[in-house]
Amino acid sequence: MKHTIVALLEDHPGVLNRVVSMFRRRNFNIESLTVGHTDQPGVSRMTIVVEGTDTHVEQVTKQMHKIIDVLKITDLTAEKSVISELSLIKVSTNSASRSEIIQLVDIYKARIVDVSADSLMLEVTGPEEKIDSLVSLLRPFGIKEMVRTGRVAMVRGGSGPTRLSDDDLEVRYRPNNRQSKVAV
Amino acid sequence: MSIEQITKNHATETVPAPPRLLKGAQIIWEVLQREGVETVFGYPGGRVLPMYHALAEYPIRHILVRHEQGAGFAASGYARATGKVGVCVGTSGPGATNLVTAIADAMMDSVPMVAITGQVATNLIGKDAFQEIDATGITLPITKHNWLVTDVADLARVIREAFYVASTGRPGPVLIDIPSDVQLAETQFTWPIEVRMRGYRPTVHGNVRQIRAAAELINTAKKPIVVAGHGVVISRAFEELRELAEKAGLPVITTLHGISSFPESHELSFGMLGMHGSAYANRAVQECDLFIGIGMRFDDRVTGKISGFAPNARIIHIDVDPAEIGKNVRTFTPIVGDVKGVLAALVPAVEAKRHDEWVEQIREWRRAVPMTYIRESEEVLPQWVIRQLYEVTGGDAIIVADVGQHQMWAAQHFWFDKPNSYITSGGLGSMGFALPAGMGVKLARPDENVWVVVGDGGIQMTMMELGTIAAERIAVKVAVINNGYLGMVRQWQEFFYGRRYSASPITTPDFVKLCDAYGIPARRITEKSQVRPALEAAMAHDGPMLLEFVVAEEENVYPMVPSGGSLSDIIIEPSN
Repeated sequence: MKHTIVALLEDHPGVLNRVVSMFRRRNFNIESLTVGHTDQPGVSRMTIVVEGTDTHVEQVTKQMHKIIDVLKITDLTAEKSVISELSLIKVSTNSASRSEIIQLVDIYKARIVDVSADSLMLEVTGPEEKIDSLVSLLRPFGIKEMVRTGRVAMVRGGSGPTRLSDDDLEVRYRPNNRQSKVAV
Repeated sequence: MSIEQITKNHATETVPAPPRLLKGAQIIWEVLQREGVETVFGYPGGRVLPMYHALAEYPIRHILVRHEQGAGFAASGYARATGKVGVCVGTSGPGATNLVTAIADAMMDSVPMVAITGQVATNLIGKDAFQEIDATGITLPITKHNWLVTDVADLARVIREAFYVASTGRPGPVLIDIPSDVQLAETQFTWPIEVRMRGYRPTVHGNVRQIRAAAELINTAKKPIVVAGHGVVISRAFEELRELAEKAGLPVITTLHGISSFPESHELSFGMLGMHGSAYANRAVQECDLFIGIGMRFDDRVTGKISGFAPNARIIHIDVDPAEIGKNVRTFTPIVGDVKGVLAALVPAVEAKRHDEWVEQIREWRRAVPMTYIRESEEVLPQWVIRQLYEVTGGDAIIVADVGQHQMWAAQHFWFDKPNSYITSGGLGSMGFALPAGMGVKLARPDENVWVVVGDGGIQMTMMELGTIAAERIAVKVAVINNGYLGMVRQWQEFFYGRRYSASPITTPDFVKLCDAYGIPARRITEKSQVRPALEAAMAHDGPMLLEFVVAEEENVYPMVPSGGSLSDIIIEPSN
């Protein structure tokens, strides 16, 4: 089944590469991946969708945990959460089809963001199924171009598990700077 | 002031000394010294020249190797022998790529290591400059973490973090890539007392409830076994393991890297399991009802075919790395934590018990197919040479084995009672490991008898380090087991590829002449009668010495579990 995993990462160059490289090396398949800033400075947030058994996904999250720039991981699959993605779709139009498409836009609460003589660009957000269904209705008109962001997700209610506490943000260590003298 | 005094003073330092203006190159050594580093292995080059220039100001011993791979393996040997972080240095480009095999090896075997590489100046990065290579990119999957330092102000903190990451949790290698202009840049140096690594929090203490659950399983098991791995050695849990085994009456089997975690002369010791493990150890695994895996990771060479592995057993798995739990086998009771602490908590929780019938059963299997068997022969048999080495050293030696047949024979026919006395490349299986690693071991533990056991193939991969051994007068003893073949390759060709010995026969130089050129005494042994005198002469010699044992050519390692088979498919001996 599909799992939605949210990871909080250090906002450094190369961190995305570390995560993606681990997926490749461990032969894990990424269905979709999005990254962006959070409200917490220095922390970025990644939403990854992976297909696999529970054991498989558990191994994914454990291997992610080992990456030092990964701060926190939550598998949202079992949580009540809002899952959404955004899509831009450019559809062929002519004077005959335009109004029909606009009707679909209304029904799906999409937006028209660009109009030209022979095309319309729509912006639609929502769960994948909703976008899938709009796409299938638009297909007969001729889809010229499409882009989808992949899932982003957030747990409903209260304070979600996918945020760092102030304590988590300020972890410091005072390593014992002397390694123990040769002990066998 | 001696190194010890300096480092002792630093250890008690809790307030930062007033800042001093230092170059990046000086900061590197400054931090290394404060981290307790006494010896580094390296090779200079264009992009580490500033660092090498500053080295003269610090009381750190630098061992100039003959190839960076040797620096990596030597640092690895040093770390394996002591538990301290091994340090190796190479320049940018080829210096970095030559370190790669040794870094990967350290990753597979959980060896704490800091690799420092030079990098082209920051304004040249990405321009395909002379000797530029993406060192952090290349080593991403084979390090625990790595850093490219582009600001000298970050340097001290990064090196300190590197040591912290390398040596804590599940140890492993890290790499720090330092552009030459960063080494030359100046900054106010302050010792970073704290490091800030909010994404790195290894679980060290085992969960109390899980430990209780494990104790419950141990208390009720009829046919339990312990399988001890490298983790016991790494966490120096020798005493705790022994207490657990003796109190709960548990037979102890080891993995290849678990060898020397438990005295092999102990009445509860039953040798090694796996592909070349003993028949009785593997049978015990297949028949046990409780498998207590301690600091091991269910490698395919240990388990054979997973679906047929320990079919009647519940599995307790103790490991510091949570990602190892459930990776290869389904675990009944996992405990994530440092082995030493977990075992210390487990010992009081288990009942004092004996499993006489079960232990006697394994002993009976051992009597039926012992591991000690070496056939009578006029030829010099490699197994017999290992046994002679055991007898001559009285077992009081550290064996550093390379990769191949001799590695298995050393594991099987030398009896290891001394903690942490069998060092080898287990995970990556890198030929060429033993000679440079042996240098590191000997430098780390100069009072021990360090014996490199290596094949005629493996030694030729890193033979240039004889130069380092001679120049630095590193008193390792080298036993070359020469059968004229890449022996393990030939064995697989014999068993599984219709005896077509494709590219496995290999010629060797005249090792006596070669060593003579380096000024290292050496002997070539072709007769059984020469074996003991040669070993005794090597033991008596105060300095490095090489013995080439010309052994029977087509000897095989038995027992053997064929690749893809389960442990029950073990082949005990040649079927004529």
